[in-house]
Parts: sequence; C-alpha cells; structure tokens
Amino acid sequence: MTDIVNAPKPASRRQPAVAPLLNVLRFLLRSPTSAFGLAVITLLVLLAIFAPLLATHDPYVQNLNNVLQPPGGNHLFGTDELGRDIFSRLLHGTRITLNIIFLVTITVGPIGLAVGTIAGYLGGIFDTILMRITDIFLSFPGLILALAFVAALGPSLNNAIIAIALTSWPPIARLARAETLTFRSSDYIAAARLQGASPFRIIMHSIVPMCLPSVMIRLTLNMATVILTAAGLGFLGLGAQPPMPEWGAMIATGRRYMLDSWWLVTFPGVSILLVSLAFNLLGDGLRDALDPKQMNRR
Amino acid sequence: MVLPHDTILDVGKLSVSYRSDTGYVDAVRNISFSLGREKLGIVGESGSGKSTVGRALLRLLPTARITADRLDFQGQPLLELSEKQMLDIRGRRLSMILQDPKFSLNPIRRVGDQVAEAYLIHFKCSKADARAKAMSMLEAVQIRDPKRVYDLYPHEVSGGMGQRIMIAMMLLTDPDVVIADEPTSALDVTVRLQVLGILDDLVSQRGIGLIMISHDLNLVRNFCDRVLIMYAGQVVESLKASEMESARHPYTQGLLAAQPRIGGSRAPLSVLDRKPEWEIPLEGAA
Repeated sequence: MTDIVNAPKPASRRQPAVAPLLNVLRFLLRSPTSAFGLAVITLLVLLAIFAPLLATHDPYVQNLNNVLQPPGGNHLFGTDELGRDIFSRLLHGTRITLNIIFLVTITVGPIGLAVGTIAGYLGGIFDTILMRITDIFLSFPGLILALAFVAALGPSLNNAIIAIALTSWPPIARLARAETLTFRSSDYIAAARLQGASPFRIIMHSIVPMCLPSVMIRLTLNMATVILTAAGLGFLGLGAQPPMPEWGAMIATGRRYMLDSWWLVTFPGVSILLVSLAFNLLGDGLRDALDPKQMNRR
Repeated sequence: MVLPHDTILDVGKLSVSYRSDTGYVDAVRNISFSLGREKLGIVGESGSGKSTVGRALLRLLPTARITADRLDFQGQPLLELSEKQMLDIRGRRLSMILQDPKFSLNPIRRVGDQVAEAYLIHFKCSKADARAKAMSMLEAVQIRDPKRVYDLYPHEVSGGMGQRIMIAMMLLTDPDVVIADEPTSALDVTVRLQVLGILDDLVSQRGIGLIMISHDLNLVRNFCDRVLIMYAGQVVESLKASEMESARHPYTQGLLAAQPRIGGSRAPLSVLDRKPEWEIPLEGAA
C-alpha cells in the first residue's frame, strides 16, 4: 500500500494542445498528395508575407516602353500590356487571394455552424424556417448567386467577399445540422439538460465542439471553390478592380493579348489551378486525419 | 431539521402519452405516489414505463403529453412552471443519474469539467471555485486521485469510475431529489455493490430523496425503503421493501416466485404467465 502512495503521481494532463496538432501534421505529411497540398499552401502563405521583399518590381508601376515582354531577362514572367512585371503582380496577388479566403472562411464558418446547430438542436418550427432559407440559397448555383449579389451591391473586392460569403454558408449549415441530429438524442446531451443547462449553453458547450472537425474539413475544401469564385468574379470585372493585381482580373485583361503573349494568362491561370488544387488535396488529407469513421484505414 | 416523512415530491394521477396516427397511446397511466427523504424503488419489466416516469418528472419528454392531477415538488407545481423555471430546478434541486456512463458522459470533454458544469450553471462562482468543488465531490465518490482523474476523458476511465463520476456530477449541487435510472445495469456485479454503497452513503448523509428505477427486484428490495411495482404503465402494487414477501398482487407474486433462492427447491422456477387481469392495480396501490 505504501508503495502505491509513494509512487510518483502522474502530472496533471492539462497541456497546451500542441501534441494533437503535431499528430495531424505528421499524418498529412505521410501521404504525398496532402503533403503537396500542405507544401503549396505553406509556400503561398510565406510568399504573401514576404511579397514586398521578394517582388522584383513595383506591381503598380507602368512602363509603356517595356510592354508585353516575354519571360526571361529582367522580368521572370514577362510584362503585361502596361509594362508591369507579372511576377511581382502575382506575388502581391497572393495577399489578395489569402485575404479573400480568410475573410470568407471566418464569416461562413460561424454563420453555418450557428444556423445548422440551432436548426438541428431546437428542431420543429426553427428547423423548418432555417432549413427552407438554406434551401433557397442552395437552389442557385453559387457563382450565379454571387454575381447577382455583386451586381446589386456594386463591383468591388469587398462586395465580392460579401457575396461569396453569402453564397457559401448553406452547405456548412446543412452539414452542421446533420451532425447535430446524430448527437442531439444522445445520453450525454440528456445529461447536460439534466444538469439544467439551457439550450444555448448546450449548443455552445456540447454540440458545436462535436461538429467542429467535419465543419473544418468542409471549410478547407470550400476554400478551393472560394478561390475559383473570386477569380471568376474578378474575370467578369465584378471583383477586384483594375489596378489591383488579382489573379482573375489579370487573366481577364490578359485575354485580349493571349494569342501573341501567352504569359499574360498562363501564369495567373497556373497559380489559380495550383492553389485550388492544393486546398482540395489538403482538405482531403484533413478528412482522412480527423474523421474517426475512417480511422481503420490508417 | 426535516422529518423523514415530510413529503418532497407529491405525484397524483400522472399520465404520459404519445401521439400516434390513431390517437394517443398511453405509456404511463394514472400513477400516484409521494416521496419524502427516503429511498423509493420503482421496479418493472422493460417497457413498463418506469423510465418514462423518471423523465416525465423532469419534463424531459418533448414529444409526450404529460398530464397529472398533482405534480408538486416542494409545493411548486412542476407542470405549470415555464421552461425557464424548469432550468433552475433541473440539476439544482431535482437531478437524475443515467444508466450507462459510456453514453452519458460527453466523449470530448474532460470529466472534471463536466462535473463542474452543473455548479457553474447554477451558482455565480469563478471557474476555480467550481473546480475545487468538483474536486471535493470526486473525492466524496471515493475517487482516489481526483487531481489526475479531473483531466481525463471519458474513454480513459472504467465503467465503475464513470458511474461514480456521473453520481458526483448529479449530486454536486446538493439536490433534494435524485432519480437514478438503472444506475448499475451497465456495471458488473462487484462494482455494482461498491457504486450502490457510495450512492447510499451520500443520499443518507445529505438527506436526499432517491427514486431508484430498476428491473432488479432483489437489488431494489435490499436497497430501498419502499417499492412500487409497475406493470403496463401502471403501479400495480406499492409495498414496504421489508414486507415484500406478503405481496398480494398476482404479478408481484409471480415475479417473486420466479426468483432463484440459495437453498430453495431444485424444481424448475416458475415462469411468468401473463394474464389480462394483471393490469388491474390493487386497491389503494395507485
């Protein structure tokens, strides 16, 4: 008995949540596709942070004596129709892209979670009303609805972000509701009610944390769509406005010179492709890493 | 000092019914009983409505229609309270221990935080106070190293420990009545006695009224002061646990005859043979 008492007690296990994060990271790096996605996105973030240091030219300075120069020499990716350096513009464009993704995600995640968990947990009339609103949004193709919003709000980057956010919360809400329905009748939710927790408290403390993993995965996969929609709006002239080096807008202006000067559209196009592919692959990898239903595949 | 026969909970003609395509189906019919600071057992077979009674008292059956002549909890009519007032009663003055700790503890929250939750909901206090309170409660249910257990997740504790944590969680706020819905069915026999012992100590020390719902006649008989026998949604007989042998209702008699006994005769045990007249309660039972 004395041995047991004197044995060193295991330390309290409340540690910063670094270990699980490292586990997820290690899992992502194990498969080549998600490692590729992670690498591209890390690179994207680094480029965005250090864009002013890495850019060889000012992205806004025009040089009309030096237009449509092919790649090579002083300009890595050539120059556009106003003599601006495409490489520098692409670098600064990463900031705009990340900005769009970040703002859309932090608005869409909470809205989707709130609508989905409230509808799923309260049920009845709340469920019907909230889900019919969701259905209305879902019944339009995302880009078309975003187009309509931007047309109503007026073309600008901020309005494009609002429009994209307004069109991409419904799938998150659907997902959160479905997850909530599987938990709401479980015994530990009943136990929380028995303790006297109000519906709001139960949603915040018990249901939202349970929905988070699948919502995170969905948000990551969503980022690819966000990039494409943003580029699409930029291409149609409804997103970022001209001097801004937004990738979709760059393709739109480069389109006119495409036959003689391929580099105007190719480099922004490849960037969009790479980044949206990377987000898709990362989202896929995250699903494998976080989804307990697929644990046995490890 | 509250006298042991003071009534805390007074139930008169409680009925619970669910809507179906062809009208209302009764799950519980005209149940009456009162509870003081004592241990009351409700025994019945699966589907006899015993758990439904427990949940109806807490108004935790959103889809059911609950009616009663009387449902007084310390003078407050439970059925007339608003949902907001119910939130103050649930978990504070009337709480319930659920059957299986594997399902009734939230898998992604630390068990200690779940225990402290009730205190945080009902009392204005700091997180540290609630933590200390939960810690001492874990100690009260004989968890040896509460500091370590506090930070464990439910899958890291054993079934018996989980149920003790559940008891800690539900007794933390010093409720007046606790409903235990088959608290030991998911545990094995040796752990069962230990958990019941802890529950018994805490309930007697704190003067809590306990409603013990179970299908285990022997357990209820040894543990409780009074026993209600339920059959088909009704209380068919109500007796003192010590007077079980003198049961008069044919269903109770049948149940008792089906119990094996050490040193009893070795003839095959009698089997319950259902008769429609079983559904008629004894005079004065309901």
